[in-house]
Amino acid sequence: MAKTVNRSVWAAPYAIFLLLFVALPLVMVLLYAFQDKSGSITFANFVKFFNTPEDVHTFLYSIEIAVITTVLCLVLGYPAAWIMSNSSLNRSSITVVLFILPMWINMLIRTLATVALFDFLRAPLGEGALIFGMVYNFLPFMIYPIYNTLNKMDKSYTEAAQDLGASPRHVFAKVVLPLSMPGVASGILMVFMPTISTFAVAELLTMNRIKLFGTTIQENINSGMWNYGAALALIMLLIIGITTVFSGGDKDIEENGGLI
Amino acid sequence: MKANKLFAQLYLWALLLLMYAPIVIIAIFSFTEAKVLGNWTGFSLNLYKNLFSGSVHSSLFSAIKNTLSIGILSALFSTALGSIAAVGIYNLRGFKKRAVVFMNDIPMLNPDIITGIALFLLFVAAGLTQGYLTVLLAHISFCTPYVVLSVMPKLKQMNPNVYEAALDLGAKPHQALLRVILPQIRPGMISGFILSFTLSIDDFAVTLFTKGNQGLETLSTFIYADARKGGLTPELRPLMTVVFLVVLALLVIINFRTLKTKQQ
Repeated sequence: MAKTVNRSVWAAPYAIFLLLFVALPLVMVLLYAFQDKSGSITFANFVKFFNTPEDVHTFLYSIEIAVITTVLCLVLGYPAAWIMSNSSLNRSSITVVLFILPMWINMLIRTLATVALFDFLRAPLGEGALIFGMVYNFLPFMIYPIYNTLNKMDKSYTEAAQDLGASPRHVFAKVVLPLSMPGVASGILMVFMPTISTFAVAELLTMNRIKLFGTTIQENINSGMWNYGAALALIMLLIIGITTVFSGGDKDIEENGGLI
Repeated sequence: MKANKLFAQLYLWALLLLMYAPIVIIAIFSFTEAKVLGNWTGFSLNLYKNLFSGSVHSSLFSAIKNTLSIGILSALFSTALGSIAAVGIYNLRGFKKRAVVFMNDIPMLNPDIITGIALFLLFVAAGLTQGYLTVLLAHISFCTPYVVLSVMPKLKQMNPNVYEAALDLGAKPHQALLRVILPQIRPGMISGFILSFTLSIDDFAVTLFTKGNQGLETLSTFIYADARKGGLTPELRPLMTVVFLVVLALLVIINFRTLKTKQQ
């Protein structure tokens, strides 16, 4: 038996790197959020948020837009995912690839392309363009996890339901839909999270007329209001955390966030 | 059933048409010289010529150069760091393993804007002048987790007996590493490299927060600044078309590679 070398130490440089550039920065957000300019501990940044109607309004409006976007993506995306996973309706895998590819195209480019489309159609930029652009940007993130779940689903369940006399509608409502819920949950998370945290997209799609919460955070950071900006970032993280808990964890994101 | 199928196919392709319409319009209008998008002033390749001859204002040219060099460097560093880390994590057990894997997940789950702000605050607190180096560090920090995720499955698939056999047959541990383990994880490393490069050239939010105010621009931040000034520089249309095609090609390669490994 040859002497084996334990290479667990090889993880050490990366562990240190993670501590420095992943953990520590998040600690910095916490520190800045609970400090004033002079560095003493305070809740003033959070009090300031609740006393700034404009920021609270932007915050609520962003949640509204994110919810609308998520619902629209679900309504448009679920049928698409279902059709693609159903071999009697769709055999080609090209459509699947075509739906997933835009996930990896620069969001700014996709957004400007939407602006171009609206210009081309002589349609006005505004809330309509904002919602169209958001759905356009994030639809693949809804379709992909749902498609994955439906595709992996054991087909013998639906066959059993059919054999036992369930109508196609019943099979869908009682078997397919409940079994696809994990995919729906991670789809909701993967759309809601980036929608609530985008900035730049809204400015470009509405000619600066509509502002979302991400832009508020960015403006504060840019104008040197780091403590307040950090507090706002923390509030955003809180909302995302709550959504994550409600949609039942993040296991799928890990799987889906990786390779296509 | 036939009618259903037709309806289903119509739905899919209508949705795809809607999704690709914007980018197709940009691609079409990259072949005309009109300043404003939507005006067709006849077919012309001049915008492409301007783009590749470098006669476009030099700031766009340097933005392209920065994007590519940051992309290549962060992909190289991430691949090296991530592959070494994956071998280490593979050998770790218990709490330490869970801790590293947990931290490895954070950059993938965190929204871009939070990652950007967090790194910005770190660099400010550390008193670093933000510029090329801080952007590079930031990109390595969000690319490396994906390399780890690409390499880990290859290590898990590996038959540990092969490594042991190499040692039994007299290979030194480092020889066994280079001759046995490296060839097995190489596909994962290459996928990780391509993925890192794609993520890096694609990034906007993190770059914006970590680029500082010394005038460093990447393609994304340049496009952003240009769009905010109102009206896109016409040369950006062929550029977007080219970027779209390059990303498309990279993705097809990655997909093809995953497909090939699955078949094996």
